[in-house]
Amino acid sequence: MTHATATLDQMRPPVPAEPGLPIYNNKLGMWVFLASEVMFFTGLIGAYVILRFGAPGEWAKPNVVLNVPLTGINTFILICSSVSMVKAFAAISAGDRKGLSRWLLATILLGATFVSVQGVEYWKLVHEGFTPAGFTAGSHITELVAQGKLSDVTGGLYGSTFFTMTGFHGFHVTCGVICLIYVWLKSLRGGYTQQDYRGVEVIGLYWHFVDLVWIILFTIVYLI
Amino acid sequence: MATTAHKAPNYILIWAYLFGLTVLEVLFAFEMPISRNLKILVLLGLAVWKALLVALFFMHLKFESRYLRLMVLVPLPLAAIFILAVITEHVW
Repeated sequence: MTHATATLDQMRPPVPAEPGLPIYNNKLGMWVFLASEVMFFTGLIGAYVILRFGAPGEWAKPNVVLNVPLTGINTFILICSSVSMVKAFAAISAGDRKGLSRWLLATILLGATFVSVQGVEYWKLVHEGFTPAGFTAGSHITELVAQGKLSDVTGGLYGSTFFTMTGFHGFHVTCGVICLIYVWLKSLRGGYTQQDYRGVEVIGLYWHFVDLVWIILFTIVYLI
Repeated sequence: MATTAHKAPNYILIWAYLFGLTVLEVLFAFEMPISRNLKILVLLGLAVWKALLVALFFMHLKFESRYLRLMVLVPLPLAAIFILAVITEHVW
Protein backbone atom coordinates (compact mmCIF):
# COMPACT_ATOMS: atom_id res chain seq x y z
CA MET A 1 0.00 0.00 0.00
CA THR A 2 1.38 3.38 -0.98
CA HIS A 3 1.51 6.27 1.39
CA ALA A 4 -1.15 8.17 -0.64
CA THR A 5 -3.62 5.26 -0.50
CA ALA A 6 -3.07 4.84 3.23
CA THR A 7 -3.75 8.54 3.80
CA LEU A 8 -6.92 8.33 1.69
CA ASP A 9 -8.13 5.33 3.73
CA GLN A 10 -7.68 7.29 6.94
CA MET A 11 -9.81 10.12 5.55
CA ARG A 12 -12.81 7.87 4.77
CA PRO A 13 -15.53 7.71 7.45
CA PRO A 14 -15.85 4.30 9.15
CA VAL A 15 -19.22 3.59 7.50
CA PRO A 16 -19.99 2.17 4.08
CA ALA A 17 -21.11 4.56 1.32
CA GLU A 18 -24.88 4.91 1.03
CA PRO A 19 -26.88 5.55 -2.13
CA GLY A 20 -28.17 9.13 -2.44
CA LEU A 21 -31.54 10.44 -3.57
CA PRO A 22 -33.31 8.27 -6.15
CA ILE A 23 -32.70 10.85 -8.89
CA TYR A 24 -29.91 11.34 -11.42
CA ASN A 25 -26.97 13.65 -10.74
CA ASN A 26 -27.82 16.39 -13.26
CA LYS A 27 -31.25 16.85 -11.73
CA LEU A 28 -29.93 16.82 -8.18
CA GLY A 29 -27.30 19.36 -9.22
CA MET A 30 -29.95 21.63 -10.74
CA TRP A 31 -32.10 21.48 -7.59
CA VAL A 32 -29.09 22.33 -5.40
CA PHE A 33 -28.29 25.23 -7.74
CA LEU A 34 -31.91 26.41 -7.57
CA ALA A 35 -31.77 26.27 -3.77
CA SER A 36 -28.80 28.65 -3.93
CA GLU A 37 -30.75 30.83 -6.37
CA VAL A 38 -33.58 31.07 -3.83
CA MET A 39 -31.12 32.68 -1.41
CA PHE A 40 -29.70 34.92 -4.15
CA PHE A 41 -33.11 36.39 -5.01
CA THR A 42 -34.08 36.50 -1.33
CA GLY A 43 -31.03 38.70 -0.78
CA LEU A 44 -32.15 41.05 -3.56
CA ILE A 45 -35.76 41.15 -2.33
CA GLY A 46 -34.56 41.65 1.26
CA ALA A 47 -32.42 44.61 0.17
CA TYR A 48 -35.43 46.05 -1.68
CA VAL A 49 -37.70 45.66 1.36
CA ILE A 50 -35.26 47.35 3.72
CA LEU A 51 -34.52 50.21 1.29
CA ARG A 52 -38.17 50.78 0.41
CA PHE A 53 -39.66 50.71 3.89
CA GLY A 54 -36.70 52.50 5.44
CA ALA A 55 -36.58 55.18 2.74
CA PRO A 56 -36.54 58.77 4.03
CA GLY A 57 -39.57 59.79 1.96
CA GLU A 58 -42.54 58.58 -0.03
CA TRP A 59 -41.76 55.73 -2.43
CA ALA A 60 -42.90 56.41 -6.00
CA LYS A 61 -46.11 54.54 -6.92
CA PRO A 62 -45.26 51.82 -9.48
CA ASN A 63 -48.13 52.68 -11.84
CA VAL A 64 -46.97 56.32 -12.06
CA VAL A 65 -43.38 55.47 -13.10
CA LEU A 66 -43.68 52.02 -14.66
CA ASN A 67 -45.75 50.67 -17.54
CA VAL A 68 -47.74 48.05 -15.61
CA PRO A 69 -50.06 46.93 -18.47
CA LEU A 70 -47.03 46.25 -20.72
CA THR A 71 -45.30 44.25 -17.98
CA GLY A 72 -48.57 42.46 -17.21
CA ILE A 73 -48.63 41.24 -20.82
CA ASN A 74 -44.94 40.31 -20.53
CA THR A 75 -45.72 38.29 -17.39
CA PHE A 76 -48.37 36.46 -19.37
CA ILE A 77 -45.79 35.75 -22.11
CA LEU A 78 -43.40 34.22 -19.56
CA ILE A 79 -46.20 32.09 -18.07
CA CYS A 80 -47.03 30.87 -21.61
CA SER A 81 -43.34 29.96 -22.09
CA SER A 82 -43.50 27.83 -18.94
CA VAL A 83 -46.50 25.98 -20.39
CA SER A 84 -44.70 25.41 -23.72
CA MET A 85 -41.64 24.15 -21.77
CA VAL A 86 -43.69 21.64 -19.80
CA LYS A 87 -45.41 20.58 -23.05
CA ALA A 88 -41.93 19.90 -24.51
CA PHE A 89 -41.18 17.73 -21.48
CA ALA A 90 -44.54 15.93 -21.84
CA ALA A 91 -43.87 15.38 -25.58
CA ILE A 92 -40.48 13.67 -25.16
CA SER A 93 -41.65 11.65 -22.16
CA ALA A 94 -44.32 10.27 -24.54
CA GLY A 95 -41.63 9.64 -27.20
CA ASP A 96 -42.72 12.52 -29.49
CA ARG A 97 -39.40 13.97 -30.74
CA LYS A 98 -40.97 16.37 -33.26
CA GLY A 99 -43.30 17.68 -30.58
CA LEU A 100 -40.28 18.22 -28.31
CA SER A 101 -38.49 20.36 -30.92
CA ARG A 102 -41.64 22.36 -31.71
CA TRP A 103 -42.44 23.15 -28.08
CA LEU A 104 -38.79 23.98 -27.33
CA LEU A 105 -38.76 26.43 -30.25
CA ALA A 106 -41.98 28.00 -28.94
CA THR A 107 -40.36 28.38 -25.49
CA ILE A 108 -37.26 30.00 -27.01
CA LEU A 109 -39.38 32.48 -29.00
CA LEU A 110 -41.55 33.34 -25.99
CA GLY A 111 -38.46 33.74 -23.76
CA ALA A 112 -36.73 35.94 -26.33
CA THR A 113 -39.92 38.01 -26.62
CA PHE A 114 -39.96 38.50 -22.85
CA VAL A 115 -36.35 39.75 -22.84
CA SER A 116 -37.03 42.00 -25.86
CA VAL A 117 -40.10 43.55 -24.24
CA GLN A 118 -38.04 44.12 -21.09
CA GLY A 119 -35.38 45.80 -23.24
CA VAL A 120 -38.02 48.08 -24.79
CA GLU A 121 -39.38 48.82 -21.31
CA TYR A 122 -35.89 49.82 -20.08
CA TRP A 123 -35.30 51.98 -23.15
CA LYS A 124 -38.62 53.80 -22.66
CA LEU A 125 -38.04 54.25 -18.91
CA VAL A 126 -34.57 55.73 -19.43
CA HIS A 127 -35.95 57.90 -22.26
CA GLU A 128 -38.65 59.21 -19.89
CA GLY A 129 -36.03 60.02 -17.25
CA PHE A 130 -36.07 56.98 -14.95
CA THR A 131 -32.53 55.59 -14.69
CA PRO A 132 -30.67 53.36 -12.18
CA ALA A 133 -29.30 56.58 -10.66
CA GLY A 134 -32.77 58.11 -10.18
CA PHE A 135 -34.82 60.66 -12.08
CA THR A 136 -33.03 62.66 -14.79
CA ALA A 137 -33.35 66.45 -14.52
CA GLY A 138 -35.57 68.06 -17.16
CA SER A 139 -37.29 64.78 -18.12
CA HIS A 140 -40.96 63.77 -18.30
CA ILE A 141 -40.70 62.22 -14.83
CA THR A 142 -39.35 65.37 -13.20
CA GLU A 143 -42.42 67.19 -14.59
CA LEU A 144 -44.54 64.74 -12.59
CA VAL A 145 -42.39 65.54 -9.56
CA ALA A 146 -43.01 69.28 -10.14
CA GLN A 147 -46.78 68.59 -10.32
CA GLY A 148 -46.59 66.83 -6.95
CA LYS A 149 -47.57 63.43 -8.39
CA LEU A 150 -44.23 61.89 -7.50
CA SER A 151 -41.56 62.25 -4.83
CA ASP A 152 -37.99 62.47 -6.09
CA VAL A 153 -36.38 61.96 -2.65
CA THR A 154 -36.36 58.17 -3.13
CA GLY A 155 -35.81 58.23 -6.90
CA GLY A 156 -32.22 56.96 -6.67
CA LEU A 157 -33.09 54.08 -4.33
CA TYR A 158 -36.08 53.20 -6.49
CA GLY A 159 -34.02 53.26 -9.68
CA SER A 160 -31.14 51.17 -8.35
CA THR A 161 -33.39 48.51 -6.74
CA PHE A 162 -35.75 48.32 -9.72
CA PHE A 163 -33.04 47.91 -12.34
CA THR A 164 -30.97 45.54 -10.17
CA MET A 165 -33.82 43.14 -9.44
CA THR A 166 -35.43 43.12 -12.88
CA GLY A 167 -31.99 43.22 -14.54
CA PHE A 168 -30.74 40.13 -12.72
CA HIS A 169 -33.97 38.36 -13.59
CA GLY A 170 -33.63 39.38 -17.25
CA PHE A 171 -30.05 38.05 -17.18
CA HIS A 172 -31.37 34.71 -15.89
CA VAL A 173 -33.98 34.57 -18.67
CA THR A 174 -31.28 35.38 -21.26
CA CYS A 175 -29.06 32.56 -19.94
CA GLY A 176 -32.11 30.26 -20.05
CA VAL A 177 -32.82 31.16 -23.68
CA ILE A 178 -29.18 30.42 -24.63
CA CYS A 179 -29.31 27.02 -22.88
CA LEU A 180 -32.68 26.29 -24.49
CA ILE A 181 -31.22 26.98 -27.94
CA TYR A 182 -28.52 24.37 -27.19
CA VAL A 183 -31.15 21.84 -26.05
CA TRP A 184 -33.33 22.62 -29.10
CA LEU A 185 -30.42 22.10 -31.52
CA LYS A 186 -29.60 18.82 -29.79
CA SER A 187 -33.26 17.79 -30.05
CA LEU A 188 -33.17 18.44 -33.83
CA ARG A 189 -30.24 15.98 -34.08
CA GLY A 190 -32.27 13.38 -32.18
CA GLY A 191 -30.28 13.84 -28.97
CA TYR A 192 -33.20 13.04 -26.68
CA THR A 193 -35.24 9.87 -26.53
CA GLN A 194 -38.16 8.56 -24.51
CA GLN A 195 -35.59 6.64 -22.47
CA ASP A 196 -33.21 9.54 -21.82
CA TYR A 197 -34.37 13.16 -21.79
CA ARG A 198 -32.37 14.44 -18.83
CA GLY A 199 -31.28 17.68 -20.51
CA VAL A 200 -34.89 18.63 -21.26
CA GLU A 201 -35.99 18.04 -17.68
CA VAL A 202 -33.03 19.91 -16.16
CA ILE A 203 -33.39 23.03 -18.35
CA GLY A 204 -37.15 22.83 -17.73
CA LEU A 205 -36.59 23.05 -13.97
CA TYR A 206 -34.41 26.14 -14.45
CA TRP A 207 -36.94 27.74 -16.79
CA HIS A 208 -39.90 27.20 -14.46
CA PHE A 209 -37.85 28.57 -11.55
CA VAL A 210 -37.13 31.75 -13.52
CA ASP A 211 -40.89 32.03 -14.19
CA LEU A 212 -41.60 31.48 -10.50
CA VAL A 213 -39.17 34.24 -9.49
CA TRP A 214 -40.81 36.62 -11.95
CA ILE A 215 -44.24 35.89 -10.45
CA ILE A 216 -42.92 37.08 -7.06
CA LEU A 217 -40.95 40.04 -8.52
CA PHE A 218 -43.90 41.24 -10.60
CA THR A 219 -46.08 41.43 -7.50
CA ILE A 220 -43.46 43.08 -5.31
CA VAL A 221 -42.04 45.56 -7.83
CA TYR A 222 -44.99 46.39 -10.08
CA LEU A 223 -48.13 45.88 -7.98
CA ILE A 224 -47.28 46.77 -4.38
CA MET B 1 -36.40 7.34 -15.88
CA ALA B 2 -36.69 11.02 -15.27
CA THR B 3 -39.50 11.35 -12.77
CA THR B 4 -41.67 9.03 -10.76
CA ALA B 5 -44.41 7.56 -12.96
CA HIS B 6 -47.62 9.55 -12.58
CA LYS B 7 -50.57 10.76 -14.59
CA ALA B 8 -49.62 14.02 -16.38
CA PRO B 9 -51.39 17.03 -14.85
CA ASN B 10 -53.71 19.14 -17.00
CA TYR B 11 -51.13 21.80 -17.95
CA ILE B 12 -53.64 23.93 -19.85
CA LEU B 13 -55.84 24.12 -16.76
CA ILE B 14 -52.82 25.29 -14.69
CA TRP B 15 -52.07 27.87 -17.40
CA ALA B 16 -55.70 29.11 -17.19
CA TYR B 17 -55.36 29.39 -13.39
CA LEU B 18 -52.11 31.36 -13.72
CA PHE B 19 -53.64 33.68 -16.33
CA GLY B 20 -56.76 34.23 -14.23
CA LEU B 21 -54.76 34.90 -11.06
CA THR B 22 -52.50 37.40 -12.89
CA VAL B 23 -55.53 39.35 -14.18
CA LEU B 24 -57.04 39.23 -10.68
CA GLU B 25 -53.78 40.55 -9.18
CA VAL B 26 -53.56 43.54 -11.54
CA LEU B 27 -57.24 44.44 -11.01
CA PHE B 28 -56.89 44.01 -7.25
CA ALA B 29 -53.75 46.15 -7.11
CA PHE B 30 -55.20 49.18 -8.87
CA GLU B 31 -59.00 48.94 -8.75
CA MET B 32 -59.79 47.75 -5.22
CA PRO B 33 -60.46 50.50 -2.67
CA ILE B 34 -59.24 48.68 0.48
CA SER B 35 -56.54 49.36 3.08
CA ARG B 36 -52.96 49.21 1.85
CA ASN B 37 -51.79 46.57 4.33
CA LEU B 38 -54.67 44.25 3.46
CA LYS B 39 -53.94 44.79 -0.23
CA ILE B 40 -50.27 43.85 0.26
CA LEU B 41 -51.26 40.68 2.14
CA VAL B 42 -53.77 39.61 -0.53
CA LEU B 43 -51.33 40.35 -3.39
CA LEU B 44 -48.54 38.37 -1.70
CA GLY B 45 -51.01 35.53 -1.08
CA LEU B 46 -51.97 35.47 -4.77
CA ALA B 47 -48.27 35.52 -5.80
CA VAL B 48 -47.46 32.59 -3.49
CA TRP B 49 -50.48 30.71 -4.86
CA LYS B 50 -49.18 31.19 -8.43
CA ALA B 51 -45.63 30.24 -7.43
CA LEU B 52 -46.94 27.06 -5.78
CA LEU B 53 -48.84 26.11 -8.94
CA VAL B 54 -45.63 26.45 -10.98
CA ALA B 55 -43.51 24.52 -8.45
CA LEU B 56 -46.00 21.70 -7.82
CA PHE B 57 -47.22 21.07 -11.37
CA PHE B 58 -44.71 22.50 -13.87
CA MET B 59 -41.65 21.52 -11.80
CA HIS B 60 -43.45 18.30 -10.82
CA LEU B 61 -42.68 18.66 -7.11
CA LYS B 62 -46.11 17.21 -6.33
CA PHE B 63 -44.96 13.94 -7.88
CA GLU B 64 -41.35 13.85 -6.64
CA SER B 65 -39.95 11.73 -3.83
CA ARG B 66 -40.28 12.82 -0.23
CA TYR B 67 -36.50 13.35 0.05
CA LEU B 68 -36.34 15.73 -2.90
CA ARG B 69 -39.32 17.73 -1.62
CA LEU B 70 -37.61 17.97 1.76
CA MET B 71 -34.40 19.20 0.11
CA VAL B 72 -36.36 21.89 -1.75
CA LEU B 73 -38.22 22.98 1.39
CA VAL B 74 -35.08 23.46 3.51
CA PRO B 75 -33.95 26.86 2.12
CA LEU B 76 -37.46 28.34 2.25
CA PRO B 77 -37.61 28.91 6.05
CA LEU B 78 -34.15 30.49 5.80
CA ALA B 79 -35.43 32.83 3.10
CA ALA B 80 -38.50 33.67 5.22
CA ILE B 81 -36.34 34.36 8.30
CA PHE B 82 -34.08 36.59 6.19
CA ILE B 83 -36.99 38.71 4.93
CA LEU B 84 -38.70 38.86 8.35
CA ALA B 85 -35.42 39.92 9.98
CA VAL B 86 -34.99 42.89 7.64
CA ILE B 87 -38.67 43.87 7.94
CA THR B 88 -38.32 44.17 11.73
CA GLU B 89 -36.07 47.19 11.16
CA HIS B 90 -39.12 48.93 9.65
CA VAL B 91 -41.68 47.56 12.13
CA TRP B 92 -39.70 48.58 15.20
